Amino acid sequence: MTLILDAFITGLLSGAIYALMASGLTLIFGVMDIINVGQGALVILGAYLSFFLQQHFHIDLFVGLLITMPTMFLLGVGLELAFIRPIKRNRTTLSILITFAISLIIEGLLSLVFTTNLVQMHAWYVDTSLRIGNFYLAWVYIFDFALSAVLLGALYIVLYRTKFGYALRASMQNRTAAELVGINVERISAITFGIGVALAAAGGMAYGATTTFNPNSLYDLISRLLVIIILGGMGSLRGALIAALGMLVIEDITSVVWSPIWANTVFFMLLVVVLVLRPQGLFGQLEGRKQ
Amino acid sequence: MRKFKPYGLIALLLASIAFPIAFPSPAITTIAFFTLLYAAAATAWNIFAGYTGYIALGHAAYVGIGSYAMAIFCKDWNLQGGYLPFVLIPLAGIVAALVSIPMGWIALRTRKHTFVVVTIAMFFVFQLMAFNLRGLTNGSVGMTLPIPTDWSGAFFNFPFYYVALAILLVALGHSWWIRHSKYGLGLLAIRDDEERARGLGVKTGQFKLTAFVISAFYVGMVGALHAYFIESLYPAFAFDPLFDLVIALMCFLGGLGTLSGPILGAIILEPTQQYFTMRFSQNGYYLIIYGAMFLAIILFLPDGILPTLSRWLAKRQSSGTVRDGEDSDSVQVQAPSPNAEGVTR
Repeated sequence: MTLILDAFITGLLSGAIYALMASGLTLIFGVMDIINVGQGALVILGAYLSFFLQQHFHIDLFVGLLITMPTMFLLGVGLELAFIRPIKRNRTTLSILITFAISLIIEGLLSLVFTTNLVQMHAWYVDTSLRIGNFYLAWVYIFDFALSAVLLGALYIVLYRTKFGYALRASMQNRTAAELVGINVERISAITFGIGVALAAAGGMAYGATTTFNPNSLYDLISRLLVIIILGGMGSLRGALIAALGMLVIEDITSVVWSPIWANTVFFMLLVVVLVLRPQGLFGQLEGRKQ
Repeated sequence: MRKFKPYGLIALLLASIAFPIAFPSPAITTIAFFTLLYAAAATAWNIFAGYTGYIALGHAAYVGIGSYAMAIFCKDWNLQGGYLPFVLIPLAGIVAALVSIPMGWIALRTRKHTFVVVTIAMFFVFQLMAFNLRGLTNGSVGMTLPIPTDWSGAFFNFPFYYVALAILLVALGHSWWIRHSKYGLGLLAIRDDEERARGLGVKTGQFKLTAFVISAFYVGMVGALHAYFIESLYPAFAFDPLFDLVIALMCFLGGLGTLSGPILGAIILEPTQQYFTMRFSQNGYYLIIYGAMFLAIILFLPDGILPTLSRWLAKRQSSGTVRDGEDSDSVQVQAPSPNAEGVTR
C-alpha cells in the first residue's frame, strides 16, 4: 500500500513537469491552430542548454532558466516569424510537417554537438534525497514541482489578469473575430509561440534533472505530450494540466503494481479508451464546422 | 493529349523493367529498389491522405506490423530463403490491414487536427508493443529472416526489384481506379468539405476507413518486402518515426492527391536520401540536411511539382489559344485547398 502511495506522489510530482511542457503545446494549438510537433525537440534543447550552462559556466540549473527561458522565447518568436507565418493555406497540416522538420534539424544539431551519449545532470538537489518514512524522494522533484506551480501560476495570471491575456484568449476563441475587433493576432501568435517554447525550456530543465536523456528522447517525449493534450482536449490548459498529472500517476502506479514495461502502454491504452468514449478529449470542445 | 498517354506509360514501364538489366551494379539496383519501395508506400499513403485530406503520420506502424508478420510467418513455418517468402507478402499486408481496421476506426472518430496527433500517438503504441511483446517479437533483441543463400551477390537485388515494381504497379492501378470511381469522388468530396459530403449522402465514416485500410494494406506489404530485403528486424528500425515524414514529403513534393505525384516525389527524394546517407553517414548531418530540404519544399513549393507545373501550363495555354478542356488525369485533382478560408461557402 505504501508502495502505491509512493508511486502516487512520484507520479504527481513528475506529472507537474509534463504539465509544464504540455501547457506550452496546448497553448500554441489553442491560439494558432497549429500543432507544434517540435515541442519534444525544443524540450530536449532546453535541457541541453541548461546542462551546457551548468557544465561550462557553473550556473545552477534553476538560475540558468533566467538565461535559457528568454533565449528560447526569442527562438520561438524567430521560428514563428520564419517558418509558421509564411504558411498561408492549409495551416494546420503544413505546420505539423514544418515543426516536424524543425524537430529533425534540432535533433541533428544536438547529436552533432553533444553526441548521442546519455546525459545526466548533477546538482546537490539531484543527488540527495528527502526521506519520508521508508521512502526516498530526490529534492529535485519537489523543486520541479514548485517551479511548475510558479510558472503555471504566472501563466494563469498573464492569461486571466492582463490585457495581453484577454487579447490572447479572444484569439483563442475566434481568430477572425479577434482580428475584427482590432487585436493584432499575428503579434499575439508570435508571442504565444515564444511563450510555448520558453515553457518547453523550463520543462526541459525540469525533465533533464529527473532523468537521463539524449537527443533521441524527443520521440518518447513528444508522443507522451501529444497523448496528454489529446486527452485533456486540444487547446484546453486545464485539460492538459489534469491529463498530465493523471497520466503520470497512473503510469507510476502501474509500474509498481504490474510492471514498469507495461507502464507506458497503459498510458496509451487510456488514450484509446478516452477517444472511443469522448473523441474531443476530457475538456475539449467539439470542433464545429470552420468557415 | 489523352492519346499520347498509353505510349508514355508503356515506355516508362518498359524502362523500369529494363533498368536493372541495363544497370546491374548492386549499388545502383539497391537504390532503385528503395526508390520503388518508397514510391509504392507513397502511392499507398496518398490513397488515404491525398484523397481524403486527412494527414496520417502513423503509417510507419503498418510498415512495422507488415515486417513483423513476415518475420513471424517465416519463423513459424520454417521457411528457407528463396522465392517462397515473396508469396507471403500479401498475407503480411492483410495482417497490417486487419490491424488497421480498429485503429482507423478509433482514430477517425476525431477530426483533421486531432486525427494527425492520434495517428502519431498510435504509432508509438505499436513501437512500444514491439519492444514489450517479447514472446511475439523477441523484443529489442530483434528477429532475423531467412537469407536466400543460393542467390549470388550480383543477382540478389533482381527479385526484390521486380517484386517492389509489382507492388508499386498494383498500388498505382488501385489508386488510379479509386481516382476514377464514384468511391474516389466521395473521398475527394470529403477532402473538400466533409459536412457537405455527408449531407449529400456520402457515407463519410465508411469511405474514410476503407481508404485507411487500403493504404495500410499496401504499406504493410512494403514493410514485409523491406524486412525480407534487410533480413533483420529491430523495433526501433521496423517502426521508424522518420518513415511517415519521408513519404509525406514525397507526396507533398510531387503533388498531394495527384496520381503520379507521389512516384515523382519518390524518384527525386529517395536517391537523394540514399546519397546523403552514404555521404554523411554520421547521423546528425543527415537529419539536418533532410529537415532543411523538407522546410524548403513546404515553404517554397507547398502545392507540389505536378500541380504547380500544370497550373503554369494552363496559364500559358490560356494566354495563347483557347483552353481545350481540362486534362482528365492528375491535373484537376488539385482543387482549392480544403482549408482555404472563404472557399467553402
